[in-house]
This record gives sequence, structure tokens and C-alpha cells, in this order.
Amino acid sequence: MELLTNQILAGIATGAIYACMALAVVMIYQAIDHLNFAQGEMAMFSTFIAWQLMQWGVPYWWAFLATLALSFAGGVIIERALFKPLANAPILTHVAGFIALFAIINSVAGLTWDFTIKQFPTPFGSSPFLGSQLISTHQAGMIGVTLVLLLLLYFFFQFTRVGLAMRAAATLPESARLVGINTSWMVALGWGMAAAIGSIAGMLIAPVVFLEPNMMGGVLIYGFAAAVLGGLTSPFGAVVGGFLVGIFENLAGTYIPGVGNELKLPIALALIITVLVVKPNGLFGRAIVKRV
Amino acid sequence: MLSIQKLRIAAISTAVIAFAATGGSALAQKKYDTGATDTEIKIGNIMPYSGPASAYGMIGKTEEAYFKMVNDSGGINGRKVTFISYDDAYSPPKAVEQARKLVESDEVLLVFNPLGTPSNSAIQKYLNAKKVPQLFVATGATKWNDPKDFPWTMGWQPSYQSEGQIYAKFLLKEKPDAKIAVLYQNDDFGKDYLKGIKDGLGAKAATMLIAEESYEVSEPTVDSHIVKLKSLNPDVVISITTPKFAAQTIKKIAELSWKPLQIVANVSSSIGSVMKPAGFEAAQDVLSANYGKDASDEQWKNDPGMKKWAAFVDKYLPDANRIDSNLVYGYGAAQTLHKVLEMCGNDLTRANVMKQAASLKDFTTDTLLPGVKINTSATDFAPISSLQMMRFKGEKWELFGDIISADATAN
Repeated sequence: MELLTNQILAGIATGAIYACMALAVVMIYQAIDHLNFAQGEMAMFSTFIAWQLMQWGVPYWWAFLATLALSFAGGVIIERALFKPLANAPILTHVAGFIALFAIINSVAGLTWDFTIKQFPTPFGSSPFLGSQLISTHQAGMIGVTLVLLLLLYFFFQFTRVGLAMRAAATLPESARLVGINTSWMVALGWGMAAAIGSIAGMLIAPVVFLEPNMMGGVLIYGFAAAVLGGLTSPFGAVVGGFLVGIFENLAGTYIPGVGNELKLPIALALIITVLVVKPNGLFGRAIVKRV
Repeated sequence: MLSIQKLRIAAISTAVIAFAATGGSALAQKKYDTGATDTEIKIGNIMPYSGPASAYGMIGKTEEAYFKMVNDSGGINGRKVTFISYDDAYSPPKAVEQARKLVESDEVLLVFNPLGTPSNSAIQKYLNAKKVPQLFVATGATKWNDPKDFPWTMGWQPSYQSEGQIYAKFLLKEKPDAKIAVLYQNDDFGKDYLKGIKDGLGAKAATMLIAEESYEVSEPTVDSHIVKLKSLNPDVVISITTPKFAAQTIKKIAELSWKPLQIVANVSSSIGSVMKPAGFEAAQDVLSANYGKDASDEQWKNDPGMKKWAAFVDKYLPDANRIDSNLVYGYGAAQTLHKVLEMCGNDLTRANVMKQAASLKDFTTDTLLPGVKINTSATDFAPISSLQMMRFKGEKWELFGDIISADATAN
């Protein structure tokens, strides 16, 4: 029984990592209607920028804010420079672009900061949280930040003009243009916001998994699984999905005898496929009806 | 009949005399295979400069720089070394392609220190069929020490299995009633170590080894495995992990305020890239074993060998990250090849390269721990096979106990 509760708690802690990343995935999906395979690498690069600023002596929170701003600008620039010219290209072209971006960012980070792992500070400390040794204050802080981000995103998409315009631009670009929305800049804005959210995810994840160019490899797959499970259109679903994937993965690893541990990654992938087959919109996603 | 026999004998003896004569003069003359001339020795190398294991690419860059240094000081027996290094992205099919290119198009004398167990497994048969030395491979798998079946392949660093055995022997002696939990990476690297530990424990494995927990490299953290191991209440944790996961393990165990005796695999004992990120406080009293010096360890600051290494890095790799243990590794491996090629003298045939590589006696590089010696023979293709236990204290490793030779503990 103790092992069960421990594994669930540990699952929630890792789930927070996935949830953070899933939020960035949902953000970009809302903006461009695609998944960005380079999302994890962009987050990793942002985290390196924060690390570099701190190495230069910038205090944590200033580095944090500067990284947010730089990541936002970086996201917008990537969209303007690389994906705007591809706006009318087929989806496969985009996918190729995402993969190229993935490889480029990964290599540039490796070249600049090399591949040895680096320690990344946490603003929350890493002592046990509320006497529980299973969740550290950092992990509790991470869950807190994820929930705050979720709330902000929810309000942004539901109640602000820009948020609504962005959703409109992604789902029905033609109609959105007709009602006077600058869809092209909406997409750029979406890229910027996704990059900024990704940078927060990166900065929260790095103290746990350590900073290095490949730190997002596994995380992004679980983040995708979480977003798909919760529904790609729902920030709330992404967060719930993140926690569920974390818990599910731990329980499978612990209780499926023999092969449980080897199945951890396949479980995430199987989850993606199952959800797509059984309930393509995820647990909380809106059903998208297309007029034919 | 008689006359024919006589003729034969005469013919054979003439041949023998002729052979002896040419053989004798050949010692004075120069003998070459493809890849060596009066002025040049061509060495091939394959490294993952891109892809998931690209951190190791630094080994190739260090070796290239090392031979540049050798050339700047006159080369080897008057010959300049041409070091041709290709990228295989840690992908076995690409490694095969690059090995063919090195042998058939660049025509190298030998392939030196290609990295990674999967890549080396993929090129081993090809190089042995072509009779091209696959010398001092950069992997700790046990299978490279097989001169009978693969006479053209030789390892360099201690094998994972022998290191595992050394930990087992240590525990049997110091903590005979230990309850051991092993966390291992679910691949050849992890399984080789695990086998070594089990072999070393022998009959006591059944009672002492209470948990074998595996993780996949694709997992973001190993936290959940640590939680599971803690619930089984072992008093020794052996962490057969690569650097990132080793640091996570040390950190998580400390966060759980759990205090088992911890052993980390040598591949993850770097101070700069494991102990420091994990936190020095959390890493106190962790055990490991080593055969080489750690560049980020203050105790080697005035060591003559490491001073030479530091001067080399200053001049030839000024931008490199000095705490990267790959710089020390590449230097040591290159220095071993340097020695072998020196020993070859003017007989730069592939057969002689293997012969000299298998005749190293008590050789030591600038980077090996005092007391660790490289020994090879026609039946022993495992150059480095001794290690010393060490304990992490303060901000450095303190070596303790004797140099333990795995040759003696094997079998």
C-alpha cells in the first residue's frame, strides 16, 4: 500500500513535467493546427539561455523573465523566417521543417554548450515538501506553476479578444480573415507564446532531469502522449493528461511483473494510438466538425 | 625417384636459404602494407560527431589533436600521421559504410578507437575478413577480448564485466551480508555489468542480490525506480547508469534522506559531469572504481603526466571544456597507439601492428592511475584490466585499497 501511494506521488511529480510540456504542445496546436516536433528542442535552447544568463551573474528571476522575452521573440522570428514562407505548403513540408529545426537546434546547443550535463537551479529549493519525502518543494512548485499557467491560458483562450482570434485563425483561417483577423500575425503570436511556455517548462524540468542538449527527447514524447490523451485543443486536458500519463507509467512499471519497466515508453506510445483510435479528440477536447 | 627427392630437397633448402636471406634483409629494409609509406601513416577512426551520443565526439577531436602534436614534433619514426575521422552518428549501418570508405577508398593502415558497442559489433566481421586492425575500440563490452575468433580486434579500457566483478569482490569482502539492489540501463552496457556482478557474487548472488531494476534511456528521470528500490529496503545500491541518470540517482537518493551504500559505474564517475551536477553534499561517500585520472580532480594538479596533458589541451584544444573526461580518454588511447606504432619501427604491416599491440608490457600513459599498467599478449587482448576502488569525499575522489586486477578475478 505504501509503495502504491509512493508510486502515485512520484507519478504526479513526473506528471508535472509532462503536463508543462503538454501545455506548450497544446499552445502551438491551437495556433497552427500542427504538432511542432522541435518544441522540446526550442524549450531546451531557452533553458540554456537562462543558464547562460545565470552564469554571467544575472539573478534567477531576472534571467527567468529575460528568457521568457527572448524565447517569445525567438518563436516569432522562427515563424516569420522559416514557416511564413511555407504557409501554403503541404503538411509534409511543415513536418520536414520541424524535423530540420529539431536537428539544427540540438546541434547548435551541443556545439555552443557541449553535451555534459549541467546543474540548473530551482527557485523553490529541493527540501521535502510538507514532510513528504516523495515530493520535493521544487516538484510542488512545478505543479503550482503548471496550474497557474493553465489558468492563464484558459482565460486567454476563453475571454480575451486575442485568444479568441487566435483560435479562430487556427481552425477557420479563411473566415477569420474575412472578419478582419490578421491570421498571419496570429500564427506568429502563437509561435511566440508556445516558445515562451516551452521555456518555462524547460526551466522547471531542468533541475530534475539536468540540463543537456538531449534532455527533452523523452519528455516531448510523453508530452505528446499527455496532450493527445487530454485532447489537443484543451489546456486543461493536457495538464490532466500529463498527470495521468505520469501515474499510469509508474504503476505499469511497478506492477506489471517482469516486463513492466521495459514497457514504459511503449506505454506512452500505445496510449497515443489507443486514444486516437477510440476517442480522437481526447478526454477533454472539442469535437471538430468540418463542413464538407 | 631418388634424384627427384634430392632435387626436391635441394629446391626446398634453396628456398629456405633464399627466404632466410630476404627475411633477414627485410628487417633492415622497410615493409609496408596499404596505408603506410616512408613518409606517412594513415589511421582511420569512426566517431559519433552527431546524433544522440555526440558528446563522445570529443574523443575523436582529442585524438586528432594528439596526432597533430605528434606530427609537430617530427612524427612517428620520421613518418607523419594522417588521421582520418568520420561521423557515424552512433548508427551501426553508417559505421559499416564509413569503415568501408576508410579501408577501400582512403586505404588506411588500421582503424583506431571506433566508438560504441553497436558500431563496433557491426564493423568487426568486415575488418577481420579484410585483415585490417580494429585497434583499441572505445567500448567496454567484454567481447573484444577474443583473439581466437577475432584476431584483428582489440579493446582498450577495462571491460564492464570485470568492473562488475571487482564491485562484487569488494562487497563480499567488506559487507558479506549486504542486501544489494542494482539499477541498470536496459541495454548491452547494463547487462554486461550485471553479469559481472552476478559472476563475482557467485553462489551468494541468490541471497545477496535482492533487486534488479532496469530503466530505458528514453525515460526523462529514474525517480520512480529509486522510489521502488527504496521500498525493498536494500542497504547497497549499485547504479549502472550513464552520467545523466547517475546524477539523478545520487540526487534522488539524497532527497529521500535514504543512506544506502552507493556504488556508481566508472563511466559515470566524472566529477565535473556527474558529481557536481548531482550536488557534492548528496554525493558524499559514494563509491566507484577507476583506471585513469580525472582532470577536474585537484590531486593531479602537479602530476607530471597530467601537466603534460594540460599543456597539450592548452595548445591544441584551447576551446575545449577541460572537465570533459573524454579529453583524458582520447589522449590516453592515442598515446597507446603512438607507442604501438613506435614499436612497429619500419615494419608497418597490419600483421606487425597487431603483433606489437599484443606485446605491450607494463606500458603506462600520462593519464592512467599510478599502478595501472597496460599488458597484452597473444592470448590477452584486454589492454587495461585493473582498477582501484575510490570514495567520494568533499569535492574529489579518494582512491583506497590496492589496484585490483580483473585478470586475476576473471573466471
